[in-house]
Amino acid sequence: MSGLSINDVTKTFGSFAAVDHVQLDVPHGTFVCLLGPSGCGKTTLLRMIAGLEVPTGGAIVLDGQDITQVPTHKRNLGMVFQSLALFPHLSVGDNIAYALRIRGASKAEQKARVDELLKMVHLGGFSDRPVAKLSGGQRQRVAIARALALSPKLFLLDEPLSALDAKLREAMQVELRQLQQQLGITTIVVTHDQREAMTMADLVVVMGEGKIRQAAPPVEIYRRPADSFVADFIGSTNLLELAADSAGRATIFGQPVAGLSLPDGLSRAPVSVRPEDVQITAPGHGTIDGTVTFVRDLGGTIETFVQVGDTTIIAVATPRERPDVKAGQTVGVSLPAGSCVVLKS
Amino acid sequence: MRRERPQTFADYTPLFFPGLMLVVFFVVPFSTMIAVSFFKRDPTGFYTRDFVFDNYARFLSSFFGGVLGFSLLLAIGVAICCVVIAFPFTYLLTQRPRRIQTLWLVGLLSVLSLSEVIIGFAWSTLLSRTAGITNLFVWLGLMEAPVALLPSVWAVLTGMVYHALPYTILVLYPALVRLDPTLLEAARTLGASPVRAFLNVVTPALRNTLVATLIMVFVFALGSYLLPQILGRPQHWTLSVLITDQAIYQSNMPFAAAMAVFLVLISLALVGLTLLIGRRENAG
Repeated sequence: MSGLSINDVTKTFGSFAAVDHVQLDVPHGTFVCLLGPSGCGKTTLLRMIAGLEVPTGGAIVLDGQDITQVPTHKRNLGMVFQSLALFPHLSVGDNIAYALRIRGASKAEQKARVDELLKMVHLGGFSDRPVAKLSGGQRQRVAIARALALSPKLFLLDEPLSALDAKLREAMQVELRQLQQQLGITTIVVTHDQREAMTMADLVVVMGEGKIRQAAPPVEIYRRPADSFVADFIGSTNLLELAADSAGRATIFGQPVAGLSLPDGLSRAPVSVRPEDVQITAPGHGTIDGTVTFVRDLGGTIETFVQVGDTTIIAVATPRERPDVKAGQTVGVSLPAGSCVVLKS
Repeated sequence: MRRERPQTFADYTPLFFPGLMLVVFFVVPFSTMIAVSFFKRDPTGFYTRDFVFDNYARFLSSFFGGVLGFSLLLAIGVAICCVVIAFPFTYLLTQRPRRIQTLWLVGLLSVLSLSEVIIGFAWSTLLSRTAGITNLFVWLGLMEAPVALLPSVWAVLTGMVYHALPYTILVLYPALVRLDPTLLEAARTLGASPVRAFLNVVTPALRNTLVATLIMVFVFALGSYLLPQILGRPQHWTLSVLITDQAIYQSNMPFAAAMAVFLVLISLALVGLTLLIGRRENAG
């Protein structure tokens, strides 16, 4: 198979399993984001793919070849580190040419490739600058160019944009995605920023406690989260409880919701409703009534906090569909069955 | 943080105490030594005040010049050996778990507590014919008969490297611990083998530290005075030994002072030269 296969890979440190029986297939040319909270094992998984850590069990297969025991420097991959790890004693050009120099490329070859790469990352003419004289974004681009110098089979990035300010980070996300599509290179990015993952990835892999919780395209992850961990981690959501009443109908807050059913053999299950799917109605016209506790008007969006029993439901609306409510008011909350996702508990 | 320049006379007061100590314990004795080096020796007594260059002229004779050359070469050799051994060792030490690092560092500190005399006699036993390591080699079948490995210049070098190595490691350790480990990993992902990555990433990144350590060990070794006498022949004696000999046993203070001044000047010149070369390479 062309692409990367991670077969039942485990990494333990003492008795702690950082990566726990992970199974993942990445077709050639896919952009993958490993997403999860800190300590979920995403960086350890990336370092095993790079060969910087040796798996305790399982195999890593690249284009049909088992590379589990192949040392890093023979794997033909490019990696961007969180600290960028640019060589401080070398100029921009020499940093990028390092891999070519190791391979014994001639001076002319090195220069041609460096110029090509610098142009690709929009840093033409920076070749002779010392690395220390660059801005954060420029250093980022140099690190990317250096990793791509040998046109590697795999492009790995460990939280590459975390050091940049928010605006620059968003711009770099788009740029990185465009660069990846232009080169058609299999790319794996570790991140804890779900916006970053949604922007760039073909395949988002949500990890928690060393296991893969869900691996799916971004929109599917958002619309159809597999469990409450994924639903909560990707964007914000209202996690409610779906319970069976005496007649066996599925209810939320004791109110039957048409079109929803409980998984077989269960009398209760968590259900996720995205805030933008919740509608505020006149009292009595929604699924259930509640009291508005707070309205956050952010200009672009308006968040309404509604207290129902001991649960707070958040509804997000655009100014166009502005619900004209104030704190203290009683309103109806409508939970459309089509937007409610029943989760594995 | 912005540092303000001292404005008033009162701002300089914290400098008075160290300044005074430096004058009393360094500037005054050193000036006295320089002055004495121009005095004339009085064979019946101590010395008489004068201003002659006899002492320096005598020093430039081929014998003392040879000793100076040998002392400098020996110190340079010790410095290079120490750094070549200590640098990879310290690097590998920093890769180990913290507990093992602590054990090693405590062990090294305990070696530091040994005096030069003990180190000298320990090595003279180890390198001797009757009780030395060659007996072990004979037992292992590597040698026919035990031999004496001293007195020789190699014995002197071994003893001095052993003496200076803990200092070298302790000086290199903080710099290597602070080194960003991802630099080496980055080099490996770019196709460099671990050894190659160490040579062309770690070494240049720490070049200034290495130069500073070389100078420190060089100066340290230059002052060595017991080990050459215990482990070497008279022709392996360093200038420090001769200075002591002239000052204490020959009662020739002016000549001893002249040699000491010369040694200080030569060392300063070498250190200055090393720093100058380092700076030029940095700029280029």
